[in-house]
Amino acid sequence: MNRNGSSPAPVPASAPAPALQVTDLQVTYYTDSGRVKAVDGVNLTLYSGERLGLVGESGCGKSTMALALMRMIKPPGRIEAGSAIVGGPGGMDLLKLNEEQILNARLSTVSYIPQGAMNSLNPVLRVGAQMLDAMRAHLPKATKEELNERVEHALESVELQRNVFRMYPHELSGGMKQRVCIAIGILLSPKVIIADEPTSALDVVVQRQVMETICRVQEKIGAAVILIGHDMGLMAQITNRVAVMYAGKLVELSTVREMFTDPLHPYAQALISSLPNLENKGVFQSIPGLAPSLLRLPSGCVFHPRCQHAMDLCKTVVPRQSTTPSGRFVYCHLYDEHGNKVKQPETSTKAQVQQKVPVTGR
Amino acid sequence: MAPLLELRNVSKIYSQGLLSREQTIALDNVSLMLDDAAPTIIAVAGESGSGKTTMSMLALGFIEPSKGQVLYKGRNVASLGGSDHMQFRREVQAVFQDPFAVFNPFYTIDHLLTVPIDKFKLTKSKQQARTMMEDALSAVGLRPEEILGRFPHQLSGGQRQRISVARALLLKPTLLVADEPVSMVDASLRATILESLKKLKKDYGISILYITHDLTTAYHISDNIIVLYRGAIMEAGDVDTVIKKPKHPYTKLLIDSIPWPDINMRWGTTDIQAKEGDYRSVTGCRFAGRCPFVMPKCQKAPPPLFKTDETRAAACYLYEESQELAHQNVTALFAAGR
Repeated sequence: MNRNGSSPAPVPASAPAPALQVTDLQVTYYTDSGRVKAVDGVNLTLYSGERLGLVGESGCGKSTMALALMRMIKPPGRIEAGSAIVGGPGGMDLLKLNEEQILNARLSTVSYIPQGAMNSLNPVLRVGAQMLDAMRAHLPKATKEELNERVEHALESVELQRNVFRMYPHELSGGMKQRVCIAIGILLSPKVIIADEPTSALDVVVQRQVMETICRVQEKIGAAVILIGHDMGLMAQITNRVAVMYAGKLVELSTVREMFTDPLHPYAQALISSLPNLENKGVFQSIPGLAPSLLRLPSGCVFHPRCQHAMDLCKTVVPRQSTTPSGRFVYCHLYDEHGNKVKQPETSTKAQVQQKVPVTGR
Repeated sequence: MAPLLELRNVSKIYSQGLLSREQTIALDNVSLMLDDAAPTIIAVAGESGSGKTTMSMLALGFIEPSKGQVLYKGRNVASLGGSDHMQFRREVQAVFQDPFAVFNPFYTIDHLLTVPIDKFKLTKSKQQARTMMEDALSAVGLRPEEILGRFPHQLSGGQRQRISVARALLLKPTLLVADEPVSMVDASLRATILESLKKLKKDYGISILYITHDLTTAYHISDNIIVLYRGAIMEAGDVDTVIKKPKHPYTKLLIDSIPWPDINMRWGTTDIQAKEGDYRSVTGCRFAGRCPFVMPKCQKAPPPLFKTDETRAAACYLYEESQELAHQNVTALFAAGR
């Protein structure tokens, strides 16, 4: 579906094919108390076969972004601007499709694995019926045998038994339900799979199994995955690149190794250092302060009230994007446009309250 | 002095089916004691279906054990009546897993917090009730002016979960049963909730039964840990010993499945496959079907707890040279760890 008719720009052979290119995405909720910019100017490129992690605190806009890409934002929310082009330059723009086209694109081009698997399946329909339902809407001409075969194949690829086809959701465990959702997500071999906290209610052993399933099927169909979550541990295990969001804005995008060994943005640094590990028992290092209300965002850099390195500049000027030679993005005044650390003329005068609480209660 | 809470050889069996009476053993002969000498945090860990929520329900007196007794301050919880029952209800509080399901969406947070104040007649003055609410909310790191007057759907999961903790705190309990309090909350907010829980223990002297599948948080918050698998204790003891040097193959699997936030610590270093357990009844060790070290012996009879260290015991025949734990009582291990 080539909407604007322009011929696709030649892609250099070295660059992997972009599966999804999000440019300047803006989503606003019009609430009684004011406009809330839930996603504010997010730029993101996702390559085929890649797993990108999207992390941030609750309310930072990561789920809104996923819903926007699925075009499932409901009033009072509105997608204000931006484009989300699937399949390289000249591909289709998810945000400009009409109602019928987006119905077609969902599941076949971009699919969504929801957060609460226990609530996303219809309790009164058998698993198979729900899967067939989705298939029939997209492939009206396919025969029953073909459809059945595809559904069973999908169930097999998430390591579920064939008899799950005849079962009701309540007969399945949480992990199995989540795997049914994954099976539905991959039925039509989409180009992009958006998994919104797929394992947040599952225990570690099942979580590992579900994540390994997602990775396996993704590699099989060659799709790109956006894994939304707040569990940095999971990101470290699964993803290739990690994007950190804060208050509706992207603050850093790096490869997973760079993110965990040398995070650039102070918020990313705080996130990484707040992670529990085996060494520092009983020390909970939380990020000082609270996430800002999206209704009253701070001026300048949105993170400056909580930032240890805040300068006067940060209070007034919104940081621009710095791109390092290796392709990392960071939005912070500490770095110049090539991501090199800027020499600070003055040290931070702001006394920061470090909430590093050593707990000695044994 | 009678212990605060005691589970004495407790089993819980759920039966289903009119004719076949299919039985699921949710908890099998578990003994545990929380003494009131010093507040302590005991973690109960295990995967879904391991019986950890059954254990919390028993501790809260929501269900009665099929065998054995649950005692609160030496008295059987099942037979508490009248004012004693009210006292038990007040002193044993709960924080549940799902912050999205525990609140009635039609009521504001004020109402949710006033209900326990009225119910337990904490105060008659409205002004004082307000102060109590504000204090409790501040104690868990919330700004009362941002919370009071709001409806649950206007708050984030982390905020709601901290309101749950605040609600429990309002009643000045002696024991808090926290059933997966952080599993549905942002990783970055987990620290604040765990901090609140630690504070309850330290500042208010409240003991906590911390039910979780997440060994990372269990390690950080608790003093002792019990690892359950399909209703039986697999490993128990001092949390440092258990997490850093796990003995039981199941504990090893759990610890290996933790997604460590370290790219040099990848999943899949042990050869135990991550898969869901099957729940058919077995005569031997419950973990035998998934265990890579399974021996013929494991299929015959369930292994007792072997005392492998001073402060830890594991129910596995790999350690049968060690002495059996006296009376299978894990509480003895915990006392030794102090």
